[in-house]
Amino acid sequence: METYYKPEDLLKFGEVGKEAPELAKKFFDYYAAVFAEGDLSEREKSLIALAVAHAIQCPYCIDAHTQSCLEKGSNPAEMTEAIHVATAIRGGASLVHGVQMRNISEKLSM
Amino acid sequence: MPQTTLSKKSEYLNAGSFSRVTPFNLELARYDLKLKRDKTTTLQVNVGLHCNQACRHCHLNAGPGRVENMQPDTLDAVVDYASRVRFGTVDITGGAPELNPHITDLIERLSPLTSTLLFRSNLSALNDGKHDQLMSLLTDHRVVVLASFPAINASQTNSQRGSGIFDVSIDALRKMNALGYGRQGSGLQLNLVSNPTGAFLPPSQDQTEKRFRKVLKDKWGVFFNNLYSFANVPLGRFRQWLVRSNNLDMYLEKLAAGFNPCAVSSVMCRTLVSVSWDGILFDCDFNLAAGIPMGGRKIHVSEMTGPPGEGAPIVTADHCYTCTAGSGFT
Repeated sequence: METYYKPEDLLKFGEVGKEAPELAKKFFDYYAAVFAEGDLSEREKSLIALAVAHAIQCPYCIDAHTQSCLEKGSNPAEMTEAIHVATAIRGGASLVHGVQMRNISEKLSM
Repeated sequence: MPQTTLSKKSEYLNAGSFSRVTPFNLELARYDLKLKRDKTTTLQVNVGLHCNQACRHCHLNAGPGRVENMQPDTLDAVVDYASRVRFGTVDITGGAPELNPHITDLIERLSPLTSTLLFRSNLSALNDGKHDQLMSLLTDHRVVVLASFPAINASQTNSQRGSGIFDVSIDALRKMNALGYGRQGSGLQLNLVSNPTGAFLPPSQDQTEKRFRKVLKDKWGVFFNNLYSFANVPLGRFRQWLVRSNNLDMYLEKLAAGFNPCAVSSVMCRTLVSVSWDGILFDCDFNLAAGIPMGGRKIHVSEMTGPPGEGAPIVTADHCYTCTAGSGFT
């Protein structure tokens, strides 16, 4: 079945550099530096990436960072907790706007 | 015993789909490398395929239904060989070596013949209530214990090794700690071996060791010396699972993509000789599992007058990518 998202396309990520190699190099160097061990471990960074991947609902990122989480030593329970953090923030972001609704509603109502 | 020519290709080569991975020997040639034996320092003794567990990542397909066990005549030949050559390290493995009925005899006889005697345990066989004396024997002979412990998480451990294995393993580690194993200053080494619980590569050994050390101490009061993080080898039951789960090609490609030519010089098959339960010699435990004997023909341990010859070529196959992925496999 034809689909916009194909798993094998993830391996072609580097091809985006064909028309702008210098920008691509800067991006991929930056990307590698971001995920390198720092004050946060590589494992912790992969869990953050997995949560963000779910928040932005990127299938490529979910595929890549599920694998990276497992290969950095995280387990499915930890990965599920990370996704719930993303879900809580997404849900909370909607709900907190309820304050705006209340402000406007209160202003307009007797 | 007459030398037997290898008459058939290893059965594992027929398992699964045809891989798109470059044959390992061609990959070596691409870097102008040859895999040859160095000075042999380790004798690995596989005392049998009988095991109380049937782990899903087992490259040997060991399990409760396997009856192959090293018998006294082969055991005698192994001890004679260790006496003739005096290897720096002797490494006892299985199956579950605890379940070989002659295991105490083997430990007692090998211990004086080497400076380092290793014993690989799945922990549950050692902690089955029937092997307390074996634990004491290991302690008395200051045997280094290598314990399988894949994850600090019960569900991952149990999914790889069987229901309830995590709790039994923690209990066994506590008992070994009580004997002095893994405790500072005791000289009794308890090392953990962690394999991934699926078709993915292992995390950094250093990071994993730090994390396991902290979590095991904080949560369960367990101590150990070192942790080794090894990739799973696509052979035996693990290969069957890779085929069934449609992961074989992806996994082999992942191993091959991680090929590190610098790791070739330090792969264990260059300095180790492995003896199977029936006395046949192999370059490593993985070639043993694949049925590829040392030099391509079956040689019995009793025929060996010295260590394997330096410079002798090592027979390779696609599973060899496991030991050359990333920083290698020790």
